[in-house]
Amino acid sequence: MSGEGRSFLGRSVSRRTFLGGAAVTAIGLAASSCGPAAAGGGGRARSIDYWNLFGGGDGVRMVQMENQFRRSHPGTKLNAVTLSWGNPYYTKLSMAIAGGSPPDVAVMHLAKIGAYAPAGLLEELRPEELSRYGIGPEKFLPQVLDFAKYDGRIYAVPLDTHPFVQYYNRDICRKAGVLDPGGSLVPMDSPGRVMKVLERVKKVTGQWGVSFYPNDSAGPWRLFLTLYGQMKKGAPILSHDAKRVVMDDAKAEQALGFMAGLALRYRVMPINMDYGGSVALFQNGQAGLYWNGEWEVTTFQAAKMNFNMVPFPKVYTYKAAQADHHSFIIPKGVDPAHKRTALEFISFMLKDSYVWAQGGHIPAYQPVVQSEKYRHLEPQSNYAGVAKYVVTDPIAWFSGSGSDMEAHASGIFQAVMAGRMSPRQGVRQFRAYLQQEVSLPKPY
Amino acid sequence: MEAGQEVARAPAVPVAKTGGGGRWRRNLTGWGFMLPFMAAYALFLIWPVILMFKYSFTNKSLVGTGGSQFLGFQNYGRIFGDPAFWQSLWHTVWFTILSTPPLVILALVFAMLTNRVGRGQGIFRFSFFAPFVLPVSVVCLIWIWMYEPGFGLIDGVLGGILGNVAWLGDPNVAMISIVITTIWWTLGFNFVLYLAGLQEIPRELYDAAAVDGAGAWAQARWITLPLLKRTTLLVLALQILASLKIFDQVYIMTYGGPNFTTRPIIEYFYDQGFTAYQIGYASAVSVVYFVIILAASVAWFLFSRRREETV
Repeated sequence: MSGEGRSFLGRSVSRRTFLGGAAVTAIGLAASSCGPAAAGGGGRARSIDYWNLFGGGDGVRMVQMENQFRRSHPGTKLNAVTLSWGNPYYTKLSMAIAGGSPPDVAVMHLAKIGAYAPAGLLEELRPEELSRYGIGPEKFLPQVLDFAKYDGRIYAVPLDTHPFVQYYNRDICRKAGVLDPGGSLVPMDSPGRVMKVLERVKKVTGQWGVSFYPNDSAGPWRLFLTLYGQMKKGAPILSHDAKRVVMDDAKAEQALGFMAGLALRYRVMPINMDYGGSVALFQNGQAGLYWNGEWEVTTFQAAKMNFNMVPFPKVYTYKAAQADHHSFIIPKGVDPAHKRTALEFISFMLKDSYVWAQGGHIPAYQPVVQSEKYRHLEPQSNYAGVAKYVVTDPIAWFSGSGSDMEAHASGIFQAVMAGRMSPRQGVRQFRAYLQQEVSLPKPY
Repeated sequence: MEAGQEVARAPAVPVAKTGGGGRWRRNLTGWGFMLPFMAAYALFLIWPVILMFKYSFTNKSLVGTGGSQFLGFQNYGRIFGDPAFWQSLWHTVWFTILSTPPLVILALVFAMLTNRVGRGQGIFRFSFFAPFVLPVSVVCLIWIWMYEPGFGLIDGVLGGILGNVAWLGDPNVAMISIVITTIWWTLGFNFVLYLAGLQEIPRELYDAAAVDGAGAWAQARWITLPLLKRTTLLVLALQILASLKIFDQVYIMTYGGPNFTTRPIIEYFYDQGFTAYQIGYASAVSVVYFVIILAASVAWFLFSRRREETV
């Protein structure tokens, strides 16, 4: 089965040849997309500033895409700045926009739209304007584009969907007898079945069934929202205007009970592991399954592991998986010439997002998803369908990736998983926190 | 008293000949040299502090585009009913209580031992000071891996005795783990200060004491410790202030967790101001902490001055 590992290598060679081809086609694309942009009235900017938050494998791919843009747009100087992920990035971005010296284009998680758009920090992007650059609304899944809207207006162009998925180690799972003859995992479609699979895997590894990272400011939240969303369609936590808590406490308690059961009662999941440790556990074969976002795919490919990735199992009633989306935004106040060049840049990046997809993210730009190349990209294309049923953070000024709410929820849920409070107490504490936040005046 | 000495030495400089004008010019030169520093000081320290006081009475937001409303003392009122504030304030105090004694006592012990070593003292000085040179992120990453439950170095060594301990994931242990990392990282600074203090103590005192029949313990008790009093006061003051400013290690190692049980007060400002955008409230919290530190510093200053006078 190590032949699987080698085929990744083979693919990386063919990827390089593909990239050469992509650069050539990109030049062609750019040449054609320059036409309508110039025809759209007004000039273009000679240089644009672009901010992003990508490190690791994502960072490498982003630089690769930036360089392809530079090669195909010799007349445009692209100043790309990478800042550290999460909290620090969003702090700097909002201050730069509020302070009047923003970049011309920036990356943003769509769950942050609720904090940025109503504060007047984002430039509205009209559908006809996007269509002029070949990235009109019809090029995206409606359910994904919805997350880019606030009050019905579009404020961002989605780049990808990055959901919570399930990784599994083929060798370990085969030994545990949880693979069917075709090499797929046996069904894990109820809490009992999940436990049974994980217990059998644990017997093989001698340590854990599934690796996870409860000691983290986002991990427990991601798992919770996935499970809660499978019980309550759309995973409503707050009312649409973020003024009332509408969480279904009984269902939330059930989700937390399941999480605590994995860690405490069945002991198939580590309780105190942090993010880095959880990656290492799966990589070292101390766990046969791994629950995390798809973005670690490169880590395990680089380690030449024999693994696969599939959607998070449907444990309850509905298919659901927590996710967020990377997107491009144009800050409020960018002048028209820079906005035009920024849109050209965004359009180029979306059309080039096959490169991006190799990092595990599901491209938002549908022509790429439907392309032959992407359909043959494994394991990445296995879970592409998840984009249709993802659940995301409630839209509020205190939510979204790297937010206070995720950190609070994760802290409480970890305490539940460690047995320091009951699921009921956990739900009560989380509700109390949400209640306090929704009663505070919005800080803008 | 020191000023008096200055004046006594002054006539050696030909200031008297040039008279008042020269003095004025000398003053001007002094101010000129200080100006760049003072400008930076005013711009980056004094001005923000003034703004902090001003914002603490408003609902100023980080991202807000409109004007900020004047709230009077509303933010301050909110602080007193805010359990998260008191909790994080206590974490900072608790960290200071846990970290200061070992950082002062261990530094003294290691400095005294190193001072007794004749040859190869440089190696000891280097080893104790070396971690201090590392950036905080490097130190924290090293220790995060060492603390990793199950396969970290510490569990590997102590796992047989203590079982699996979640060094950073267990609310009862996380703060102690951070204290241990901090001791390893910053001990060298106090160590060097103590070593310098020790080397100023004249050898003859020990020789005389030895002649009088004082052993190593008596020498330490009656010569070393009393003569290190000034150094100790300095080390203590610097250490307490440093511990009260705890932020980096916690932010990197636990992000204030698990469940906010290690979040120090400075991370609380940060969370309120930058993550939750509530600059007004974060400013009010900062003002309260500013006042607490100021009061502690003044009390310490008065206390240590009295102590020095009794020396």
